[in-house]
Amino acid sequence: MATKVIEEMTRPVFDVNVLRQDFPILTEEVYGKPFTYLDSAASAQKPRQVIEAISKVYSTEYSNVHRGVHYMSQKTTDAMEEAREKIRSFVNASSIREIIFVRGATEGINLVASSWGRRNLSAGDEIILTMLEHHSNIVPWQLMAEEVGASLKVVPIDRDGVLDIDTYSNLLSDKTKFVAVTHVSNALGTILPVTELIRLAHERGAKVLVDGCQAAPHMKIDVRSLDADFYVLSGHKIYGPSGIGILYGKEKLLEAMPPYQGGEEMIDVVTFDKTTYADLPFKFEAGTPHIAGAIGMGAAVNYITAVGLENIAAHENDLLKYGTNKLKGIDSLEIVGQAPEKAAILSFNLTGVHPHDVGTILDREGIAVRTGHHCAQPVMDYFDIASTVRASLGLYNNRSDIDALVAALERVKEIFG
Amino acid sequence: MSSSLKNLYQDIILDHSRNPKNFGLLEEYDRKANGTNPLCGDKVTIFLKLVGNVIGEAKFDARGCAISIASASMMTEMVKGKSIDQAKSLFEKFTSLVTGQCYKVNDLEELETLSGVRDFPTRIKCATLPWNAMVAAIEESDEEVKTE
Repeated sequence: MATKVIEEMTRPVFDVNVLRQDFPILTEEVYGKPFTYLDSAASAQKPRQVIEAISKVYSTEYSNVHRGVHYMSQKTTDAMEEAREKIRSFVNASSIREIIFVRGATEGINLVASSWGRRNLSAGDEIILTMLEHHSNIVPWQLMAEEVGASLKVVPIDRDGVLDIDTYSNLLSDKTKFVAVTHVSNALGTILPVTELIRLAHERGAKVLVDGCQAAPHMKIDVRSLDADFYVLSGHKIYGPSGIGILYGKEKLLEAMPPYQGGEEMIDVVTFDKTTYADLPFKFEAGTPHIAGAIGMGAAVNYITAVGLENIAAHENDLLKYGTNKLKGIDSLEIVGQAPEKAAILSFNLTGVHPHDVGTILDREGIAVRTGHHCAQPVMDYFDIASTVRASLGLYNNRSDIDALVAALERVKEIFG
Repeated sequence: MSSSLKNLYQDIILDHSRNPKNFGLLEEYDRKANGTNPLCGDKVTIFLKLVGNVIGEAKFDARGCAISIASASMMTEMVKGKSIDQAKSLFEKFTSLVTGQCYKVNDLEELETLSGVRDFPTRIKCATLPWNAMVAAIEESDEEVKTE
């Protein structure tokens, strides 16, 4: 007994090399070299716990949900609703009625822009966005603004990639009806002070949507403490499957919003004269959902909760510091985005070498990074660049991955002289 | 370094990308077309000055990777003094070479060094973008050429 206690006490809280064994793909080879995955901000790899959960759905508990009277349908429904409850707890929402399954964050934003926007926005209203937004949190608002005659205001950033809060405060006015802001910049890694942004918006009576795609894998999300009106995140960024995500919305807001899409699952009674809609959350879930995706996302939430978001954050911060220092040691390398509050993203350029050429050479060394504008062209325009190389870290990355990156960047410099 | 990488980044290609020929704006031109790669935000503009049916001058302005700059540099060198039909024929040959449809084509001279790009499927569009823009310029297309 005593030995067991000691064993548990001495066991490392977070051992990246043990966790790596949960991710089968990390043992793959690429061009005969070990696979170094530094593109988790685009999509995270999946632990076997998630892969097995999805496999189990189709092997032992699959049927359509919420409809059948038969055993298997009930079993599937229970599994899916259990996933919803896990995700509710994960973001600390008050009720499962506030957790809407969507295809991903993009659909969640479109849902809010269309449903809330069409009901609440009118000509002359203003929507505030930040320069750090992903295209997914720009275009839906442009479409809605154009439709109703509202306009968009954009909060700028400084050269480090930090949001200009003073300008934000000045942009807020009685015309401001909505603020759509990312929690963490996907292109630069900047963590935005969303609690403060939300508080200031609420003082003006504006509602706020937070795009949590890049935040959820790295930090504990608490929608109630943030006081977010809407919060979206994608399953595939938190080590779960793609094609599934959630929209959190305050129950009162969701109740007052019209359905986004019509179909089955979202109705109560249908006649040709009138249709009454299902209660939340089903009002916004038309059609057969991505059942295995939802259950897989629940498994992913279980996984990162068990590993511990504090542990993940501490590990990634350590790695970010290590990587930042290593990259700074490379001549002619410029890190783009150096906010003091930053998630595990390293965006950079090598003077005189285009990011695509860097990406191609890294690829042949087995290293996967993202090159391009990262679906955030306004950020690139601000820095007057077309693109960057982005190395983004996940819980499974270790110092060897950074060392491999640095060695490969030296190869790039050799080739390009 | 892997042989395919060596083949992709040959000295001649790197030389063209560092010191591109015919780079810049052409003040007086007869034909002009823009090309973009929406995936990476790269841009190229091709300017042509015609003497009758012959390309008298060709220049390009671009923001792009080594492959696209080298391709535009070699292309503009190559098409100068060629007739429009010859330029279009070179376009066909170059496209079939870099997409791997043909492994041996005549008349491309140093442009053949870009054939290594066929081993890098995601990079083929980098090599072909300036060529597509040139054909759009020849055909006086008002639409911007896009890789996607």
